[in-house]
Amino acid sequence: MEQYSITLLVLLLPLAAFLFLGLFGNRFKPLTAGLIATIEMAATTVIAYFTAFKYFTSDRLADGTFATCIPFDHVWLPFGKTLTFNMGILLDPISVMMLIVITTVSLMVHVYSLGYMKGEKGFQRYFAFLSLFTMSMLGLVVATNIFQMYLFWELVGVSSYLLIGFYYTKPSAIAASKKAFIVTRFADLGFLIGILIYGYYVGSYSFEYSVHIKAIAAAGTVIPLALGLMIIGGAGKSAMFPFHLWLPDAMEGPTPVSALIHAATMVVAGVYLIARLFPLFIGYAPDVLHIAGYVGAFTALFAAVIACVQTDIKRVLAFSTISQIGFMIVALGVSTSTDPHHGGLGYMASMFHLFTHAMFKALLFLGAGAVIHAVHSNEMKDMGGLRKYMRVTHFTFLIACLAIAGIPPFSGFFSKDEILVATFMFSPVMGYLMTFIAGLTAFYMFRLYYNIFWAKPCELKAGHDGHVHTPHEAPAVMTVPLVILAALTCVVGYIVPFGKFISSDGSAYHIHIDLKVAVTSIVVAVIGIGIARVMYRGASRKIADGLERNFGLLYRAAVKRFYIDEIYQFITHKIIFALISKPVAWFDRHVVDAFFDGLAWIAHVAAAKIKGLQSGNVQSYAVVFLWGIIAIMAALLFITFGVFWLL
Amino acid sequence: MNISLDTVIFVVLALVIIVFSVLTVTTTRILRAATYLLFVLFAAAGIYFQLNYSFLGAVQLMVYVGGIIVLYVFSILLTSSRNMDDRTVKVPQSRFWTGLISAAVGFVICAFLILKNTFKEQVFEYGEVKMDVIGKNILGMDKFQYLLPFELMGLLLLACVIGAIVIARKR
Amino acid sequence: MVPMQYYLLVSTFMMFVGVFGFFTRRNLLTILISVELVLNAVDINFAVFNRYLYPEHLEGMFFSVFSIGLSAVEAAVAIAIIIVVYRNLENIRVTGLNKLKD
Repeated sequence: MEQYSITLLVLLLPLAAFLFLGLFGNRFKPLTAGLIATIEMAATTVIAYFTAFKYFTSDRLADGTFATCIPFDHVWLPFGKTLTFNMGILLDPISVMMLIVITTVSLMVHVYSLGYMKGEKGFQRYFAFLSLFTMSMLGLVVATNIFQMYLFWELVGVSSYLLIGFYYTKPSAIAASKKAFIVTRFADLGFLIGILIYGYYVGSYSFEYSVHIKAIAAAGTVIPLALGLMIIGGAGKSAMFPFHLWLPDAMEGPTPVSALIHAATMVVAGVYLIARLFPLFIGYAPDVLHIAGYVGAFTALFAAVIACVQTDIKRVLAFSTISQIGFMIVALGVSTSTDPHHGGLGYMASMFHLFTHAMFKALLFLGAGAVIHAVHSNEMKDMGGLRKYMRVTHFTFLIACLAIAGIPPFSGFFSKDEILVATFMFSPVMGYLMTFIAGLTAFYMFRLYYNIFWAKPCELKAGHDGHVHTPHEAPAVMTVPLVILAALTCVVGYIVPFGKFISSDGSAYHIHIDLKVAVTSIVVAVIGIGIARVMYRGASRKIADGLERNFGLLYRAAVKRFYIDEIYQFITHKIIFALISKPVAWFDRHVVDAFFDGLAWIAHVAAAKIKGLQSGNVQSYAVVFLWGIIAIMAALLFITFGVFWLL
Repeated sequence: MNISLDTVIFVVLALVIIVFSVLTVTTTRILRAATYLLFVLFAAAGIYFQLNYSFLGAVQLMVYVGGIIVLYVFSILLTSSRNMDDRTVKVPQSRFWTGLISAAVGFVICAFLILKNTFKEQVFEYGEVKMDVIGKNILGMDKFQYLLPFELMGLLLLACVIGAIVIARKR
Repeated sequence: MVPMQYYLLVSTFMMFVGVFGFFTRRNLLTILISVELVLNAVDINFAVFNRYLYPEHLEGMFFSVFSIGLSAVEAAVAIAIIIVVYRNLENIRVTGLNKLKD
């Protein structure tokens, strides 16, 4: 255990950086502050890699699993005899894997931000928030118990709120940050209630289920309820339908933030939560898990369809993220046992996809950031033909697109293949559906790709300074992270034998590629890419426009994201605000406030009256003094002689 | 009820006190108020004599009547001007009634207590307190003897006389 | 022998007349005169209690003597203050004495 003491630094370093930059950041030059945060992040990354290396090279237990290590578990708040709120660090395969994912992506984002955010107002604040976010996310994954997880969960929510609303002078950014916070907070309510139910019946928040197996079994039917409520919280963070609507809006934040929060880390918190609770789900609430899987599948489809028609490149990526997270949830949801060979494959597939997705989605976002940096617009129509100007970005973006589309040998192929295998094992219908969505993914990603880098030649716009400027490649500080991530995307798929380390029961599992499924998915992906190529490669968009016209209704609905936002608007404004909030507000204003206004009025009037006593006139004081004596005497008389002393 | 001389003297003194004390606080002229106070103090001295405390009565007459009242009269004459009397400054009705009611209620409660309370057995010894007893008591240091308060009083008088001179002297 | 209560009633009346005067008078000197009434009433009480209830001692009488001394002291200091006030303000009405407030 002691050999992992250093892991504590993984949490403490970002926290220290946050406090340091938050308190003293403005004393430094922006670049110095950014470098401090980046160096701190690099150190954190090194420690995380060191921990992971040590963990995965340590000896396996007799049953072939890695020992779960808890280097720290400090009782923070005792609630009862057994129910305590601990703070600690738990190391098991998935938390160690998450450490690697988070620190890697976070480090890349830190480096990239040095270039991307150059010259922005609040540069130091930005890096302070990045550190805070990284710290809370790391705290979330190493939580030893569900309450600690919840604590960091909310911290993640807060720091993402701060980051999305970074441009706090922009109304849309403020609205987006509020939306993200409120929607996830709303879902977290379910999470909290679930935690409380679980704690009440089981008497422990710990993730070491085997210790409390009896209490869990005794709790019986409430466990599915508690787990279901917790999943609602997970759905909120992971932007599952119907809580997905905050994620596209969250693209108002700086692009590196989108890469960090909305690609690699925060949005997978829900997936991670389900994976954390996986033994409970399998043991006591498989139905809840399957329902989550269906919701995930629906979300994946829904988001993929929307992603096909969006024109803001960051929004396309946002919906693609939602869709991919749907994949992960599906993979978890189709699991039926903890044995990876019989129905437990999904767990491994989900974690694998989480791992690879974090890499290539971060790469996509950072690449999109570089593009936006070059053309100063998020809209596809302002882009096109950029491949000539931005070679590095183009090349890395292409790798990421291929990865997400599931083309071997890029990482996405392997993880997606495992998911498809798992879903086919669960039910063929689900399997074909997911394969179709995978094809859809390939289509919309390459639509994005062709629209940005091919299609019509870039119109050279006159800048506001008068002369025409051509898009130019991003500085090295931004392209280096792209290249590193691209390299990772190329190799992690088959160099890292993922199943050996992470599987549903902890024992080693050898990934083998199911040829039939693999071929099907590759074919579907290639078809998707082909359609995208035909439709969007050339300068003219005849087919695309024709489709838009023929499927006008569907197209418009998809562009409007199936009016989900409008439905929310309607529900919140017309129903909740008008029917509930307004009467409540009226009550508040006219009854509650009036009561307190009345109190204030009484105090005011009384004060005006009493003020007269403080005239400075000794004679007035003497009158009051005398009446005081009279009152005391009357009281004493009353005590001595009773009520009828006058008689 | 047989009327003794004591009773007659008490009634006279009581009437003087009641009438002149009321006049003291109701008259509008300050000099008259001081004069009425003089009569009240005389009557109080009379009560002391009646209680056979001739020494106390003598002190009352000397200090109060001979000293304090003279002091009052001097200061009134020093500070009085035509518009200084209460005649020019009307007491507000509300204040008058507040004072009257407060005093009346206080008097009623105290009177009630005095009449309701059962005191220990009253004895009245005729005969003068011997002067040597007073002297021994006031200058002795045993129980019920008051040398220390007496000296303190002297010191206080001295301090206050000096203080009064310091305050009042012209700068 | 006159019962003690009569004396007490007279002194009580005197005292509350003094209190009334203290409340209502406007002139510093008349207020002081009212205070003298109150003090005198108390002195009478001391003497009366001593004579009627504890004739073997002389505590009440000495209290009265000291009280009279105190009255003299009080009157001396108060009058000195009043004269200073008058010298500075040409006025010894209570309503006019608000310079310290400002």
